[in-house]
Amino acid sequence: MSALVFLEGADELSLQALTLGESLGDVRAVRFDGPYAPAAWAKAIVDAAGDADIIGPGSDRGNEVLAHVAAQLDLPFAANVTEVRGNDVTRIRWGGTLQEEARIHSERKLLTAAPFAFAPSSSPLQAEVLSPSLDGSVTVVDQVAPDSGGKVSLADAKVVVSGGRGVGSSEGFAILEELAELLDGAVGCSRVVTSAGWRPHADQVGQTGTKVSPDLYIACGISGATQHIAGCKGAKKLLAINADREATIFAHADYAVVGDLHEILPAITAELRKARAV
Amino acid sequence: MKRVPITGGKMVLTPDEQAIETKHLGFTISPHEECGVEEAVRIVESQGGEVVVLTLGPPEAEEQLRECMALGADRAIHLVSGEEWDAQATASALVDAIRGEEPFDLIVLGNESADAGNYQVGIRVAYALGLPVVTGLKGLTVADGRARCEQEVATGRDVYDVALPAVITVKEGLNLPRYPSVPAKLRANRKPVDARPVERPAPKLEKLRLVVPEGSRKQAEILGEGAAAAPRVVEVMQQLGVA
Repeated sequence: MSALVFLEGADELSLQALTLGESLGDVRAVRFDGPYAPAAWAKAIVDAAGDADIIGPGSDRGNEVLAHVAAQLDLPFAANVTEVRGNDVTRIRWGGTLQEEARIHSERKLLTAAPFAFAPSSSPLQAEVLSPSLDGSVTVVDQVAPDSGGKVSLADAKVVVSGGRGVGSSEGFAILEELAELLDGAVGCSRVVTSAGWRPHADQVGQTGTKVSPDLYIACGISGATQHIAGCKGAKKLLAINADREATIFAHADYAVVGDLHEILPAITAELRKARAV
Repeated sequence: MKRVPITGGKMVLTPDEQAIETKHLGFTISPHEECGVEEAVRIVESQGGEVVVLTLGPPEAEEQLRECMALGADRAIHLVSGEEWDAQATASALVDAIRGEEPFDLIVLGNESADAGNYQVGIRVAYALGLPVVTGLKGLTVADGRARCEQEVATGRDVYDVALPAVITVKEGLNLPRYPSVPAKLRANRKPVDARPVERPAPKLEKLRLVVPEGSRKQAEILGEGAAAAPRVVEVMQQLGVA
């Protein structure tokens, strides 16, 4: 048995995919230089793979390239797999809040490794660089830099102060902004908030927003829907502030404060300033 | 477009472990696709044309087709099946329906469905139709027979430029979908839905059972109630090294 593993680079998700590949047999790792061109990259992978299984990282690009591979070969593709047992796999659904056990009806396996389901491979990385022909294929033609306004990004922030329906309005986020700035963190929000137009979608944490992994995630007035948990379960510690002591968010929290966030957040900000003044 | 349940705080499965228990749940358009419908409607509002919405789903998915038509889609095609289809079979049923229509300039899908998350139906549709495909769009400009497509990446946005006709898949955040007005909802009820029963082929990726991942539930340490909790919160922040 052998597996060809597509690596985006030496990033963590790629090394996790390598571990999945190693569990299936002899591994040949490949990567690409040059502009991203998913169809052309997939064609090069298909040509290089022979009849080996093909594995990729559970990233946007890993899933995209493997989907192109699957379409070119007309074979089933199981995205975001957490476990493989022969022809059966476990894969994630609903952003990881549900799992599916599935059977692949094919001799060859096309898989991506779900983020953080496998330890990163420690074997020395010797990826072969493939050089596909880009002739006429869809490829990146330009790049636009992010407009972060000089602030720390949601994905990289050590602290995220995040608000939900309980914040009540767009203006209500001022006290979250103030605390986040003091902690050199970023402001996030739930899907309810972006759907209401209180915050831009770029601030949304969740299954259809940004996935965050700060040292501390402060969830203010957020009920704890699975859509939101899918985005913040990577946080090292979670502090929930909610007026409803039955709120689901408390079942995902390390620390809890019960009460009105409109009183609690300014009190925390004031206390922080006091502590720093000493 | 796919009909999906609004799952709330907890996943509960049916006794046969084949689906989420939806007795007490509402349903919605899968979030990425809602933005896809909104985008298509905006393009047609400014440049003319027709928006056709297509789904493969149970009879009840007509509700979501009506929601799409309340957003501004002109008519709907409903491939009716109560079963869950794998991605390959789904793509092939969509392609059959698309081939039966006048050629489209733009075929829009969600990047991945909220529930199954297979990340591949749009790409398979593009290959079957022999069209270019760009995925995960957060920005789109259609002009002069071409689509400028922006995809969000860690370093900002990557830009693609493709000739129409093309297949695109989109992500939530591409736009903020409108709230349909009451007259728009009433109009949607009179727009045509072409319902066609379809037979599910044997799956190549066969769902055996669903599993709720165990025990991520935590016992939170209660730091206090109301503003009086502030000193203890700051202590914890200092312990965590973030204050």
